[in-house]
Amino acid sequence: MAEMRKITVTVNGQAHTREVETRMTLADFLRHELTLTGTHIGCEHGVCGACTILLDGRTARSCLMLAVQADGHAIDTIEGIAPPNPDKNAPMHPLQEAFRDNHALQCGFCTPGMLTTIIELLRDNPEPTSDEVRIAISGNLCRCTGYQTIVAATLDAARRLKAEGRKP
Amino acid sequence: MKPPPFSYHDPRTVADAVRLLGSLENPKLLAGGQSLMPMLAMRFVLPDHVIDLNKIEGLAYIREANGALEIGGMTRQRDIEFSDLVAAKHPLLREGILNVGHRQTRNRGTIGGSLCHLDPAAEQVLVCMASDAIVTVAGPNGERAIPFREFPLAYMTPALEPDEMLVGIKLPLWPAGHGYCFLEFARRHGDFAVVSAAVLLELDAGGKIKRAAVALGGVAAVPLRMDEVEARLVGQVASEELFREAAELCRAVEAIADVHATVEYRQHLAAVLTRRALVQALARVRRA
Repeated sequence: MAEMRKITVTVNGQAHTREVETRMTLADFLRHELTLTGTHIGCEHGVCGACTILLDGRTARSCLMLAVQADGHAIDTIEGIAPPNPDKNAPMHPLQEAFRDNHALQCGFCTPGMLTTIIELLRDNPEPTSDEVRIAISGNLCRCTGYQTIVAATLDAARRLKAEGRKP
Repeated sequence: MKPPPFSYHDPRTVADAVRLLGSLENPKLLAGGQSLMPMLAMRFVLPDHVIDLNKIEGLAYIREANGALEIGGMTRQRDIEFSDLVAAKHPLLREGILNVGHRQTRNRGTIGGSLCHLDPAAEQVLVCMASDAIVTVAGPNGERAIPFREFPLAYMTPALEPDEMLVGIKLPLWPAGHGYCFLEFARRHGDFAVVSAAVLLELDAGGKIKRAAVALGGVAAVPLRMDEVEARLVGQVASEELFREAAELCRAVEAIADVHATVEYRQHLAAVLTRRALVQALARVRRA
């Protein structure tokens, strides 16, 4: 018998109430219950970092949390980094723009986890060195071997944010 | 790769958690979830009940009391990493923590969870072994203290009764200016160590070694305190030659072999890392 529990989670600023199985991971909750499929699931055991989200402003692997543990908490996913805009040519978040301009993704599977991880990095450390970027993304696997461009994009994003006087 | 079905409990007090632990069939405690959640996904553990400790208040703290650093079992690794008190009073712990996983896992992972999981290559386990930590556990009859040397019974098996849980850890402080070093060899940053070494060093006024603690992780089924190495060091004048001789004793350690390294390679790493850690610890000694 599946054990169910009612939870309320604020995702990207919007409160959602759902009845979920207690064994459901937060990653599956975001994808299947809220249909926010931007959070990717790679390994499902906390190795690849693709499912990284922000829990109350701090990164966490959403496959290593139960949805019921997010009850009453605030989650930010990749969908929340740049709010939806009907104008398809409107600029995205400077980090996303930097990723595009630096070719920091090929297949894009690891990208949501990379971006959420780097958002936290740039909030804590607005001007990281390339070594600090490499350590920050050491828990995110990219199988297109795109690390070089990801590091370049992160440094570029830090410059753009500084020039715009904007917080990540 | 989904957790198996279980009943979920989220007690608000240690007493309730202990009661659940003692009354439910086949329960498992959930702390930060950075080890248990993968084990659930891979079905390495099949608990009927998961008791989540995250809603219990008062288990997350870092404070100095009675000459020791006291850390709550549910203290996140992140909070230890950024604690000024830890950096000032127990720099070995901070150096060890920086080798634990990644930012995403340290944000959630707890020191108590890691100690009870008791991976022999885990950094926090090794720091506790080198520091003669005291583990405080709560059970149906109240709390009791376990010296860390007696905490690992066997491979990933802590000396906890089925109805007991870890609530805190005390790390006796070394004098200001002591030498320290945590070193590990791993294939990638954030991985568990193939072999790790933790060293604490105190010199007397004449420059002789007054006290030394040397511990090795990843070498055997449980973390090891190297009593022989310490005995070789104490009372001697610190020198590279002495460190080389003492560290060579690590080559005789009974090591395990697995896919990552052979017995001989682990013994070699144990000696090399111990020597380097001793040299680094000495360089960090500050005279009063």
